[in-house]
Amino acid sequence: MKIQSGKDLETIRREYRKTLYHPDFTKVNIGMASCGLAAGARASYDKAINAFPVRHGIRIWQTGCIGFCQEEPLVEILELGKPRVVYKHLTEDKIYDAIKGYRDGYFDKKLILGQMRDPRCLLEETVDNPVLTVTPLEGIPFIEDIPFYNRQVKIALRNCGYIDPDSIEEYIAREGYSAFMEALFRMEPEEIITIIKESGLRGRGGGGFPTGVKWETCAKHDGERYVICNADEGDPGAYMDRSILEGDPHGVLEGMLIAGLAIGAHQGFVYVRNEYPLAVKRLVKAIKQATDYGLLGENVAGSDFTFNIKISTGAGAFVCGESTALMASLEGKVGRPRAKYIHTVEKGFRNNPSNLNNVETFANIPTIILKGAQWFADMGTAHSKGTKVFSLVGKVNHTGLVEVPMGISLKDIVFDIGNGIPKEKKFKAVQTGGPSGGCIPETLLDLPVDYQRLAEVGSIMGSGGMIVMDEDTCMVDLARYFLDFLKEESCGQCNPCREGIKQMLEILTDICKGKGREGDIDLLEELGTMIQHFSLCGLGTSAPNPVLTTIKYFRDEYEAHIRDKKCPAGVCKALFQYAIDEAACNGCHLCALKCPQAAISGEKKKIHAINQDKCIKCGICYDACKFNAIVIQ
Amino acid sequence: MKTVNPIPSDQPEEIDYLKLDDIIEKQFNNDKENLIMILQEIQMQYNYIPGPAIEYLAEKLNTPLSQIYGVGTFYKSFSLEPRGKHIISVCRGTACHVRGAEKVLERITESLSIRDGQTTQDGQFTLESVRCIGCCSLGPVIKIDEDIHGLITTDKVKKVLNQYGNGKKSRQDP
Repeated sequence: MKIQSGKDLETIRREYRKTLYHPDFTKVNIGMASCGLAAGARASYDKAINAFPVRHGIRIWQTGCIGFCQEEPLVEILELGKPRVVYKHLTEDKIYDAIKGYRDGYFDKKLILGQMRDPRCLLEETVDNPVLTVTPLEGIPFIEDIPFYNRQVKIALRNCGYIDPDSIEEYIAREGYSAFMEALFRMEPEEIITIIKESGLRGRGGGGFPTGVKWETCAKHDGERYVICNADEGDPGAYMDRSILEGDPHGVLEGMLIAGLAIGAHQGFVYVRNEYPLAVKRLVKAIKQATDYGLLGENVAGSDFTFNIKISTGAGAFVCGESTALMASLEGKVGRPRAKYIHTVEKGFRNNPSNLNNVETFANIPTIILKGAQWFADMGTAHSKGTKVFSLVGKVNHTGLVEVPMGISLKDIVFDIGNGIPKEKKFKAVQTGGPSGGCIPETLLDLPVDYQRLAEVGSIMGSGGMIVMDEDTCMVDLARYFLDFLKEESCGQCNPCREGIKQMLEILTDICKGKGREGDIDLLEELGTMIQHFSLCGLGTSAPNPVLTTIKYFRDEYEAHIRDKKCPAGVCKALFQYAIDEAACNGCHLCALKCPQAAISGEKKKIHAINQDKCIKCGICYDACKFNAIVIQ
Repeated sequence: MKTVNPIPSDQPEEIDYLKLDDIIEKQFNNDKENLIMILQEIQMQYNYIPGPAIEYLAEKLNTPLSQIYGVGTFYKSFSLEPRGKHIISVCRGTACHVRGAEKVLERITESLSIRDGQTTQDGQFTLESVRCIGCCSLGPVIKIDEDIHGLITTDKVKKVLNQYGNGKKSRQDP
């Protein structure tokens, strides 16, 4: 059927809300985004489908990721009259017991992450929901109360993990496309732009440019205008765009449609990384479904508005996240940035006015239209409104995607939501903003997360990667790692970036090999400042950030490498050796068994020794020892 | 910048030009803007982009050979040389890096006696390091063909690799 009006949309919503809340079935939602699949969700799904064919009154569904990726495969089970329960680590060997247990009223606490107090999304708060009428289970925590979730406010991630991403009907059932219908039939383009401007939404891809201002400028320029979605999520350590595309592709399409209305565009493009095959698959399907319902194509929803969306895949180039490079790549060319004397909102893709926003930015749009600018602007800080999704990863106990209001402190994110550092190691730094960002030390942990405040300490918000590092991370090696990344990814057009990064990398590599010289730190700072000032595009101007911030906050580590020829963290192989702490070794022999080089000798129950000539410093013994008897010297 | 070798000349691969026509004309409309996706499709067919296919493409799209070669060498995911039956991608994103991805890469290098970017002599494996496959919370992560393996430690490497290779899992049946 073709949707012709808000009424048609309402009909679909009423009909399919039932599939969300399952009046006739036990519904089993298996999280099948890439992270779930990596943890074995596919095998769990197959097992459940085989064990419980439809006639058992059980429906096995797929959903996106609800964010607590480390507990994957996450499975949610719900049935009328019983609470909605989320199970963790439900691999194929456990899924049968969990489903059967739920049906029989037996809830194995070991398998359960929590129960939901309110399973609706924030758009449905006024809608009746049969699941709300049940009595909660005793002794099982509410998802909303556990530390990983209790500070979170989900706007961009509102549907991830709650709906089947392959079903447009489920998206509609959760108020999907109603913001677009509202904008299409009841708003003038200027009104839409005003709402987005007043909401204070800023670009979530890294730059943080005010979205409404960008739309307004683009709409002022004549020519065939384009809406482009930047899904080339290249920052290593950030994966919220993947999760949104895999869990809620329609949310992004709806945001693009609204942008199309606002700026008067008829063609949209999604430029997505080819490293994300599942996201591409889900997008292709979503576009087809939206077209079948008449929400994309000619005369959208019976109006005179026409809008089409095409998917283009990237081919592995970090620099293509830069707007002008992305547009060159969309044209089928080599993705080299150009100087932005003329902005892309005036002359971008095909030399026409082009409005480029990030996936997460688009995913925020529908909610802002429905709930109003003020509602969004009430969250956050003076200059940063709303929420931001962070991927909390690295050396932290709870890893996953967290969406929190702007202004929350780094400490709250790492120690409350993330529950601190594993194995009682000491926190060292948190890295934000990927290769363009910086490392923030412990002394600045009270810093509120906000575009300005992060910039003040030398880092950036970036796309939201937050990599936590402990005492085992060498900051010099980390700086070297980022420069190595950027050397590979530099497009090679401009001298400061191409040659400057290479020189900095050579100095850092020398330092890591124990060949550092006095004066190297000053040289790095000088080169870094030069690259910042004279590079052509954002990749170059931000490239020295990881080096400059680590020098600023961890100068002692650089000095230890250069002067003492020591790597305190035990990462740079030339600068440390593994040794056995004789007081701690109890002769369990595990290290000797695991050593691939047979470099460890010693009889059981006697103190062992490492033959340094044979040792290749692979670190297997260090990881294996349960008594901390392998030490770094 | 990627360093690349010139187009290898001694390629035994038979090129099915009718199939290429299908890709260029039917799937991608003879449109230059789709060049990247056309090259991806060709790589899907042959596991790499054969030299003659680049020449044919230049003719069909009426685009200078240099431009197509430029695109083929600029982007990391294109290979102009034949690759192994299984592609091992080791994620070297930041989250994987701080959790020991380098050690995992070293372990694979030792087990298969190939370096990053090389193919084993029996043509079974090609080892590639990639930048972030977006499974950061399960790092270190490696991807073999389409299967993602999370929380890989150095001592798990051999076990995972043994699932592939001669007579084991085939590429079509992940």
